[in-house]
Amino acid sequence: MPEDDDGMTQQPVGGGRAAGSRLDRWVDTYALRTSGMTASEIRALFAVASRPEVVSLAGGMPYLSALPLDVVAESLARLVAERGAVALQYGSGQGDPGLRAKIIDVMAPQQVDAHPDDVVVTTGSQQALDLVTRIFVDPGDVVIAEAPSYVGALGVFRAYQAEVVHVPLDDDGLVPEALEAALQSLRAQGRRVKLLYTVPNHHNPAGVTLSAERRPRIVEIARRYGVLVLEDDPYGLLGFDADPLPSLHSHDPEGVVYLGSFSKTFAPGFRVGWAVAPHAVREKLVLASESAILCPSAFSQLAVATYLEDHDWKHQVGVFRDLYRERADATLGALADLVPSARWTTPRGGFYVWVTLPPGVNAKAMLPRAVTARVAYVPGTAFFADGQGRRSLRLSYCYPTSERIREGVRRLASVIEAENELLATFGPGGLRAAGTHRGHGVASPGPDLS
Amino acid sequence: MTLAPRVLVLAGGLSHERDVSLRSGRRVAEALRDAGCAVLERDVDAALIDTLVGGGIDVVWPLLHGASGEDGAVRDVFELLGVPYVGSAPAPCRTAWDKSVAASVARAAGLATPEAVALPHGTFRELGAQAVLAAITERMGLPLVVKPARGGSALGVNVVRTANELPRAMVECFAYGDVALVQRYVAGVEVAVTVLDLEGGPRALLAVEIVPDGGFYGYDARYVAGSTEFFCPARLTDGAADAAAAAALTAHRAFGLRHLSRTDLIVDADGRPWFLEVNVAPGMTETSLLPQAAEAAGEDLSRLYRALVEQAAGDQTAAPRTVPA
Repeated sequence: MPEDDDGMTQQPVGGGRAAGSRLDRWVDTYALRTSGMTASEIRALFAVASRPEVVSLAGGMPYLSALPLDVVAESLARLVAERGAVALQYGSGQGDPGLRAKIIDVMAPQQVDAHPDDVVVTTGSQQALDLVTRIFVDPGDVVIAEAPSYVGALGVFRAYQAEVVHVPLDDDGLVPEALEAALQSLRAQGRRVKLLYTVPNHHNPAGVTLSAERRPRIVEIARRYGVLVLEDDPYGLLGFDADPLPSLHSHDPEGVVYLGSFSKTFAPGFRVGWAVAPHAVREKLVLASESAILCPSAFSQLAVATYLEDHDWKHQVGVFRDLYRERADATLGALADLVPSARWTTPRGGFYVWVTLPPGVNAKAMLPRAVTARVAYVPGTAFFADGQGRRSLRLSYCYPTSERIREGVRRLASVIEAENELLATFGPGGLRAAGTHRGHGVASPGPDLS
Repeated sequence: MTLAPRVLVLAGGLSHERDVSLRSGRRVAEALRDAGCAVLERDVDAALIDTLVGGGIDVVWPLLHGASGEDGAVRDVFELLGVPYVGSAPAPCRTAWDKSVAASVARAAGLATPEAVALPHGTFRELGAQAVLAAITERMGLPLVVKPARGGSALGVNVVRTANELPRAMVECFAYGDVALVQRYVAGVEVAVTVLDLEGGPRALLAVEIVPDGGFYGYDARYVAGSTEFFCPARLTDGAADAAAAAALTAHRAFGLRHLSRTDLIVDADGRPWFLEVNVAPGMTETSLLPQAAEAAGEDLSRLYRALVEQAAGDQTAAPRTVPA
């Protein structure tokens, strides 16, 4: 409860106004860029999601139980026994040459045509995101991102004090006309647009894929406006039915930085991702990475390289794909059966379904009720830099089994129903319908429930 | 007790305040270890009872915030098992847990409480929200405070300054619980008074004054270090400080609490303390109020926490039992 400032604070008898404590002696010395770094109550609510009673449709954790862990264990043991002196030593700042050569093969389905020298290995593609932003973005520069966009990328852009401008996507991904309009408008305002950040395949969080027809158009628009494309593709190999579409990189290798990751196709615990960049950009990425971390983990890189070498990794990706297809089907089926009042996207790969709730329902305000009902999701507002997304939420189907997913959606349906009842009571309709015999009310000009 | 007690610190649980509880638990466990206690940190799960009855635990310290931790339910189980625990017995916890019930007890004990009404969603649905909300604002005016009747950490709490904000505040409140407490807003200095109840009976520590950036002591203001300025002692006149301390002691006694409690008050312009709530499982995190008050009083937290544990072990036979229904 707030203190009122008008004279309510009593001065101590015979004393001046002593300074209070803020429990952090460095509170006045933090950099400006930390201003957005606070623990929110939403984050705290996720603490409950880790309990087994809760069906968590929140986190994007790959289902690692499907990995042949005994095989992985055996090859890791052999790695340390036979190549320990290399695996546990510092390595090259750009990354292990053997792994970089293998990464070229991994990217072949997306038609990323590159040489191992073009590849920079990073600590997950998250670090590549950080490095690209670090070398391109000054405070106040504009980064274009889809609406919605990956929450981890928005965090990076915020940390570098970029201004994120969202451009809409639809079932075919980023809308080229909207991109052009945004760039035109920003140019007219004299704004400096540095990056177009996009997840073209099995989008996080929207679940959609950029159509083949739009890909060259997006690249062409970016080229015309002199904007570097940052193509983030962790899910490209996880399409359920079809081979991956050609990457944006394949349409303009000099205009696109392509980011890849082993986190979804193998295991996130190794934290191995990579960037493919035009040569001058790549040089700066290597220098920036060396200043940040000296070199990516040699152990993790050799572990991944050994896995790719010794194991039929393409078969394993197929195992993951089949598993996620079944779970996506379970999610979509449960939504159709149980939450007919909502709308959602239909993923053809990846981990996510983007759900839009009936008008008036605020997914963030509803989250505590969901936690009480033992189901968790990520509210849509997390995926926007500007407060949009209140009616939306992201469901991840990658981790729970199909049975648990169905149970989770059933719980979610009851939560939405209860929230709808509340809105019927307190929303404009409910307030109009009720109590008109009173001469006064609270409904004018209409309450803000959003 | 001469041997160091073996303590099970119980933290986590399934409430909205799980994260806060885990932080409280870690802090208390660290302090107890520093004091030489053997500490086991545990969450609430199906293996807990086996651990408790298996021997090897002298005292449980429940640091569960929110439902089941503060409503007395878990403590009822400790009573069933005959396991000593730090803090108040189940029945007083139940009374304190519901803010509207607690206000009646506080009023009966002579404390000032803000005018309030506690209503479930069903009442608004059946009678019409517009009519009920209009009756509330007509009677109590604005601003109002809307909060879940049960819950903590300011989750679901809003200060409502215009009638137009009221419906949204109700929706946010009902997301946390079935009953909403709508309370007249009392302007003044927000303070928390810790009561320690060891040998020699309850004593109130100096009040901690809370001045959050932006005026509202919400979740972030509570748990993000640096976002709230605390004054201990609170900047109150001597008379107001004494009245606040007396109010906290009155609450502690009236509710029948033991070992420790924290009473949250607003001290108005006349120096009068208004009772908001009393906490039977006050937060023990890095930014919580009880540890601040204890440190300001010159207490060593490790020694204090061990003393509380030893008091609990000694109180085992004296623990008030719940009355059979």
